[in-house]
Amino acid sequence: MSVVSAPTRVEELLRELAPRVLGVLVRRYGGFDTCEDAVQEALLGAATQWPAEGVPANPTGWLITVASRRRTELWRNETARRRREETAAAMAPPEPELAPAVDDTLTLLLLCCHPSLTPPSQVALTLRAVGGLTTAEIARAFLVPEATVAQRISRAKQRIRASGAEFAMPTRAERSERMVAVLQVLYLIFNEGYTASSGPALQRVELTAEAIRLTRQLRERLPEDGEVAGLLALMLLTDARRPARTRADGGLVPLAEQDRGRWDASAIAEGVGLITQTLASAPIGPYQLQAAIAAVHDEAARFEDTDWQQILGLYDLLATVAPGPMVTLNRIVAVAMVHGPQAGLEQLAAAEADPALAGHHRVDAVRAHLLDLAGDRDAARAHYRLAARRTLSIPEQRYLESRAAQLTNPGS
Amino acid sequence: MKYLILIYSNPRSRAVWEELSEVQRVEFGRGHGAFREELAASGELVASEGLADPSLAKRVSVREGRTLTSDGPFAEVKEHLAGFYLIECQSQERAVELAARVPDAFYNEVEVRPVMDVRPWLEL
Repeated sequence: MSVVSAPTRVEELLRELAPRVLGVLVRRYGGFDTCEDAVQEALLGAATQWPAEGVPANPTGWLITVASRRRTELWRNETARRRREETAAAMAPPEPELAPAVDDTLTLLLLCCHPSLTPPSQVALTLRAVGGLTTAEIARAFLVPEATVAQRISRAKQRIRASGAEFAMPTRAERSERMVAVLQVLYLIFNEGYTASSGPALQRVELTAEAIRLTRQLRERLPEDGEVAGLLALMLLTDARRPARTRADGGLVPLAEQDRGRWDASAIAEGVGLITQTLASAPIGPYQLQAAIAAVHDEAARFEDTDWQQILGLYDLLATVAPGPMVTLNRIVAVAMVHGPQAGLEQLAAAEADPALAGHHRVDAVRAHLLDLAGDRDAARAHYRLAARRTLSIPEQRYLESRAAQLTNPGS
Repeated sequence: MKYLILIYSNPRSRAVWEELSEVQRVEFGRGHGAFREELAASGELVASEGLADPSLAKRVSVREGRTLTSDGPFAEVKEHLAGFYLIECQSQERAVELAARVPDAFYNEVEVRPVMDVRPWLEL
């Protein structure tokens, strides 16, 4: 192993151990917020010390010991302020453990995605407490100042304390409700990471990889949950296209024009295997359906080979199980591919009545695409331009403008 | 989503400012301080500054590799940017709700603009 990769191995190890160490501390002492701060400081200590001095023989025990000491100090400072007495039990240094008896990762995830928190707070807290990332890494990944992330995390912890939420597994009925938020947070993290390869990418934590890692961990804990498997498959099947999705200049390559030879075949094989097995055994859900759609795309050797009939069928199901404006639009594209652009344009006109879609740039983009398919180049160009003006994504704007320009100069 | 709340200075806002009493002006300043602190506490503040008078501005351009600067005051402009809040929040509704708390909104008006994102959309 080269010297360069050593810090990466330490980082990976620390991220793996972070939720376990935090679980042990919270179980032992209670007080999620102070324990979380203490673990974060222990991780920072290890991140500087281990690459230089080597990884200790029992890294979990080392982290638990250091974090426990730090927690006692933090707790003392706090109680000194409040003039409270500390019990002897809380003062006693803990015995290092080889491995925690209970796996707390799932309990931690459920706590970090507590319904009293806003999604940005859920995301930040999950990445720090479960993912073991530092505040600085999270800030860089989300392109916001470190102080902003630090504030989101401390506010989230205050809210958890105020809500009286406990570090305990919720009841089965409550758990299924809370799992919806957990999956949403993991998907948010994935989407955030699904970026263009431009910008300060080298310094940025790979959020897609982090989301996939956390979802894998969750699947190990809940192998029977069809939606967890569906989300993991969806992430794998989407991420598999990433190498073909952006040009060297950062410009977007649409699905139809991607060099499918550059897709990650092993990720596709894993995703397809996972979703096939899950659809056959678990109750159906929106993540599984989205994964199935991604699988149909990924299995087509060329764009012309895409099984649009099957994709339309899956979108019909998705529109029943989890309707939404983007499902409506994507379904209309599938309608056009199966029944022709005119059928798609008719449905698009009807869909625009939905206030969530009225004036949305994606409606203009889909209309432009369908008009182009129908051979009406002038109208297609006008709608691509309109969509470009209305989008908030710079890569999408460049893509839409290039589409409009191609329609201006025939033969280019 | 990031949004920029823009605060403009224009003849109307300057006229209102002239009319304010000393107490009202102090309240106005405190209002900005309190709003900024509240934004920081909620984790929604990215950056916020008030800008110096436009007479202190320099205009910069590069032509044929040479940097050219010109000093103000520049030709009469009725309106100039006086300050901003760069926020990150959940929705446009929330951004508008926050903009309504900027003290200037009570005397003049402020503008909310979504910030362009470097991220592409996620296609399915």
